[in-house]
Amino acid sequence: MALSDSSVDGIIAGGYSEGFVTHIESDTLPPGLDESVIRTISSLKAEPEWMLERRLQAYRHWQGLEEPGWAQIRHPAIDFQSISYYSSPRKKPQLESLDEVDPELLATYEKLGIPLDEQKALAGVAVDAVFDSVSVATTFRETLAEAGVIFCSMSEAIREYPELVQTYMGSVVPYKDNYFAALNSAVFSDGTFVYIPKGVTCPMELSTYFRINEALTGQFERTLIIAEESSQVSYLEGCTAPMRDENQLHAAVVELVAMADAKIKYSTVQNWYPGDSEGRGGIYNFVTKRGDCRGDRSHISWTQVETGSAVTWKYPSCILRGDDSVGEFYSVAVTKGHQQADTGTKMIHIGSNSRSTILSKGISAMQGSNAYRGLVRIAAKAENARNHTQCDSLLIGDRCAAHTFPYIEVKNPSAQVEHEATTSKVSEDQLFYCRQRGLSEEDAVSMIINGFCKEVFNELPMEFAVEAQKLLAVSLEGAVG
Amino acid sequence: MLTIEKLHAGVDNKTILKGVDLRINAGEVHAIMGPNGSGKSTLAHILAGRNGYEVSEGSVEYLGENLLDLEVEERAHRGLFLAMQYPVELPGVNNMTFLRESMNAIRKARGEQEIDAVSFMKLVRAKAKQVKLDEKLLKRAVNTGFSGGEKKRNEILQMAMLEPRLAILDETDSGLDIDALRIVADGVNRLRSKQRALLVVTHYQRLLDYIRPDFVHVLAAGRIIRSGGKELALELEEKGYGWLLEEAVA
Ligand SMILES: Nc1ncnc2c1ncn2[C@@H]1O[C@H](COP(=O)(O)OP(=O)(O)OP(=O)(O)O)[C@@H](O)[C@H]1O
Ligand SMILES: [Mg+2]
Repeated sequence: MALSDSSVDGIIAGGYSEGFVTHIESDTLPPGLDESVIRTISSLKAEPEWMLERRLQAYRHWQGLEEPGWAQIRHPAIDFQSISYYSSPRKKPQLESLDEVDPELLATYEKLGIPLDEQKALAGVAVDAVFDSVSVATTFRETLAEAGVIFCSMSEAIREYPELVQTYMGSVVPYKDNYFAALNSAVFSDGTFVYIPKGVTCPMELSTYFRINEALTGQFERTLIIAEESSQVSYLEGCTAPMRDENQLHAAVVELVAMADAKIKYSTVQNWYPGDSEGRGGIYNFVTKRGDCRGDRSHISWTQVETGSAVTWKYPSCILRGDDSVGEFYSVAVTKGHQQADTGTKMIHIGSNSRSTILSKGISAMQGSNAYRGLVRIAAKAENARNHTQCDSLLIGDRCAAHTFPYIEVKNPSAQVEHEATTSKVSEDQLFYCRQRGLSEEDAVSMIINGFCKEVFNELPMEFAVEAQKLLAVSLEGAVG
Repeated sequence: MLTIEKLHAGVDNKTILKGVDLRINAGEVHAIMGPNGSGKSTLAHILAGRNGYEVSEGSVEYLGENLLDLEVEERAHRGLFLAMQYPVELPGVNNMTFLRESMNAIRKARGEQEIDAVSFMKLVRAKAKQVKLDEKLLKRAVNTGFSGGEKKRNEILQMAMLEPRLAILDETDSGLDIDALRIVADGVNRLRSKQRALLVVTHYQRLLDYIRPDFVHVLAAGRIIRSGGKELALELEEKGYGWLLEEAVA
């Protein structure tokens, strides 16, 4: 799904005063990271003291850590002192015209049918746009407010809802969790905050498109979604259009909390710039996403379609604490060219009768490398826990690679854990067969791939599924032969 | 409609076809028989444009064009259909969707309107009934987990839907029970018309009893060593291929 015209216009105009955008009027900080940088970030955002303390605590911890090296990915060492940790949304570097943008990126926009102004916005080109749709956002806000749903930027939440943030932020992904989570906890720029009160079913799908500052502050995003007892929410993150971004390193943290009988569905379509044909300039995406099924019968479902980034390191996970809680992970990850992905999930069963389903579809083309890494842990007190894992890889051509690393730890004998894995290839025979029936090679490939991913696409909200299909077709064009 | 002249072709430096000549006119049904490994499937694949074969000599003309210059799908768009000896499985690709995409791709290439969903459903139901293909198979993934006979029947369904100008059937009758054999034969016979032609590769006289081809050819040692009427098939059934090969060498 591309950004809607109105929200893009909003980004350009930057004058969205109704609380969606944090008002910061500052230049980009010079590269480098030390305590003073963190103090500056916190004060620029007018944060309360407790938030600064948390950031500093995380920073001090991070300093003692080493970057993990276990993942099936290779990339040049990241120089954390060469990164700028704060840049004002308005000072985002802008290009003069589309002529300065990677032509391949533009070709992709064309294929996805993205309007010209939107293309410019995504590629970071200055546009003279008139922003006339405050009303759309206002209506949207009003509907949510009536239901009692809070949906705002993390910066705003820190100021307006400090008790909620203090209680829940870091309660699922503590800063000590891992290297990138510690870094994020120290320097996070902004992100999304969602709170669904008890018994409320969120009246609409919440999508980052409505949160216009998302596009500008994506480097160290921090997202927190809380679903109180018997509430429900579906959240969509991402965008099918590849976004040009000056920030090469992305290290987001997403935390979900589901109380008893609550349900959170979190869908991601991620298509960040993978780099040019030589693999230069692509995004490094190191994400920590975790859901806590805290209450009995709570339910968290992750669905993701990942086609972008040069390097992806990502394991959306569920802690199934509540009895009868349910965790699901549905994933399609595509790697082609020089892309590398090490993704998967963790399902930690603590509650009795907790159930989890993992369905991972990896597609590798050209020299792409795709690794699935999954952990299923059944704790000693989790009676009758069940997991089913299906892990399928599809190879296109013979220079690409797929790896599967399933880790299973069972401490309760009543558990039922099943793991199935398959690897298949888009064969010459299949392509010949399809073409003999009149389909072009590209249509044939996209049909075979969509067939392969169908079960995952079925889990996406309807419009997202259609977009995801199109996205996959476009991103694998020319990957065959 | 189709004129093959002095066709020499092979794979991996191995020559398989060594001068095939064959002429098929609209309205005719031809059968090709011949020992295992003689190059029947190779010929069918080359006509359909499959990668990996090298044509070293000769020409193939189809409806006034040089067939060998066309891409696989372009040949399909011009009405060439190949029912394969080993139909391919496409996991996750719905059989009905595949058929519709295929029909529409061909229509689009010809500048025709796409078939609408309702007409398509009607048509596919009617045709599935004709070829006695269980409707459940329409909802499954293309050929995936189909029995041998079901796969072949699915090929005939595709052929019936696409109504090709030139249909090539590569051993569509192999591995079929008697009833299925009839269905294949009926499929062929239904397609028969003044505008169309069919080329049927088979090992069995049985199929030809139902189809009654206008011509029977024997492909052996890379060439068509004998052509005749359907009585030739009877003779082969009785005597095998040995005597023909001896004559050809002599
Ligand atoms: N890709 C290939 N590589 C090597 N040899 C091949 C290849 N394809 C076909 N051949 C050989 O070419 C010869 C002709 O094969 P083809 O499949 O055309 O025979 P056929 O007449 O259809 O036989 P059958 O009646 O058993 O189906 C065989 O000897 C076969 O092994
Ligand atoms: Mg054969």
